[in-house]
Amino acid sequence: MVTILFDGIAYGMLLFVLAAGLAVTLGLMNFVNLAHGAFAMAGGYLTAVLSSRMGVPFLATLPMAFLFAALLGAILEPTLYRPMYRRPHLDQVLFSIGLVFMAMAAVNYMFGASQQFVRLPAWLNGRIEVAGVGIGVYRLFIIVVCGILAVGLQLILSRTRFGSQLRASVDDRPVASGLGINVNRIFLATFAFGSGLAGLAGALGAELLGLDPGFPLKFMIYFLVVVAVGGTSTISGPLLAALLLGIADVAGKYYIPEIGAFIIYVVMIIVLLWRPHGLFSRGGAR
Amino acid sequence: MKAEYVTRARLKPAEIVVWVVIVAVLALVPQYAALWTEILILALFAISLDLILGYGGIVSLGHAAFFGFGAYAAGLYAIHVSPEPLTGLVVATAGAALLGALTSFIVLRGSDLTRLMVTLAVASILYELANRFSGLTGGADGLPGIFIDPLFGRFEFDLEGVTGSWYTFVVFFLLFMLARRIVHSPFGVGLEAIRDNRLRAQSIGIAVNARLAAVYTLAAAYAGAAGALLVQTTGFASLDVLSFHRSADVLLALVLGGTGYLYGGILGAIVFKIMHDFLSSLTPHYWQFWMGFALVAIMLIGRDRIYDTVRDLLARMRPGQGKGGQA
Repeated sequence: MVTILFDGIAYGMLLFVLAAGLAVTLGLMNFVNLAHGAFAMAGGYLTAVLSSRMGVPFLATLPMAFLFAALLGAILEPTLYRPMYRRPHLDQVLFSIGLVFMAMAAVNYMFGASQQFVRLPAWLNGRIEVAGVGIGVYRLFIIVVCGILAVGLQLILSRTRFGSQLRASVDDRPVASGLGINVNRIFLATFAFGSGLAGLAGALGAELLGLDPGFPLKFMIYFLVVVAVGGTSTISGPLLAALLLGIADVAGKYYIPEIGAFIIYVVMIIVLLWRPHGLFSRGGAR
Repeated sequence: MKAEYVTRARLKPAEIVVWVVIVAVLALVPQYAALWTEILILALFAISLDLILGYGGIVSLGHAAFFGFGAYAAGLYAIHVSPEPLTGLVVATAGAALLGALTSFIVLRGSDLTRLMVTLAVASILYELANRFSGLTGGADGLPGIFIDPLFGRFEFDLEGVTGSWYTFVVFFLLFMLARRIVHSPFGVGLEAIRDNRLRAQSIGIAVNARLAAVYTLAAAYAGAAGALLVQTTGFASLDVLSFHRSADVLLALVLGGTGYLYGGILGAIVFKIMHDFLSSLTPHYWQFWMGFALVAIMLIGRDRIYDTVRDLLARMRPGQGKGGQA
């Protein structure tokens, strides 16, 4: 019971970091980016290839996964994404589905369709007993890393100059640029950072979530749920939504495996019907 | 103003040419009957999406839900109830319409994003259901061995698919003309008003939600009919009919052909199939990459710009017959 709760929390934290970048592009900038999972996949594959084929230590591959995905984001944002910001949602949807297809086929071409594995160092494997409850060390590691990231994100958004510039740019772009904020650069940095986070989470989660070319599609709905249910006005909203989703999903698949796969969809539909703008939104943001 | 809408609804010479060409192709090149059938089915599916997207302005990522529902309904009806094709088609269409009516109230709420996710979720739930109840649907193995009786007891569904192609064509033609009639009716014009500006449409007294629910149900019925036709002409149903790929493919096909004038569904289905076959023969496993590439490229260039160019070219070829009304 407690173990399931723990696994659910680890899963939820992972989902949160995966979706955090999307919370900004989709939630704040109102850009429907279905290709967010492709960045996570990029990070995951980098870690899988480096750790299992080239023998690079797992911990060293994590920052590389972040940088790699962030670099991808930094290249794609000004070249492909920026022209799409002002388009209707349909165009954005089709554009990002196109990106997903390209990423899936490219990964399939380079690494094959089979599942990739990450080689974890010995000290991350195994379980420990805390107060009679078995806890996977790797899951604990994920919770700690993602927890630090969540706190860091909150601090960056609410306390730093960059955070306030970002909030200003999102709230009112013309005024923000009138005040001398380089809006394009803010968006570029945010997008790259969000992609980097996805890449990092993809690398961390490769072991838990499974990693194959279908990754961006398989988890697309999870990201969307986190952002849509969590709302976007705070960091804690998506965090709570991700935790709820993670726990519900793990518990559902464990206790009622016959219908476990539906739970997330049903919960999502109910929540969206009940609060179309998310559980934790300040309301009427759009 | 009223006269303009009446003119718009009149059958234009170019449209008659389109139908004559389709009939001619079906009659003259029966070797490819199976391919024509596939194109017609995709076109019908695309038209169904056009009804909600091009006229209602609802972006759906899960339109395969209704296609797949119709497909399984037709397959199961043929196996368990009666192999008669026409009643099977009617049952599948009605079933999909019912599903559309039941789910319509959830797509009417919230923003574009909410709708995207809800439609995606409905399709995913159906996919999981079909996967779960493999006793009924055959699960991942699909429903093999669906036998369909000869049409009207006379025309047998042959292996080359000639009967299937004519059957599909007639159904397609009738449904298309019905859709054409509907979108040019006051109901359809009201839909366009909703699409262009929901708030204003509401304030001039259009019942926004009722109309959107109605058109969503109608589109679901059309998608169900397309799915039923697929199963009846191929004799096989699998989980693939409910997959995300179906929803994405039909979106791509419709966008290739253009939204909001119905014929875009036909044009898009043809272009999509040609592209698909060409790319698959070039790179069997990786055609998906070029599909994605096409989507990204079209979106970056801008849909409007492509259509405006084409429309300008057409207008220049036929002076004084500018299409109007679509701007």
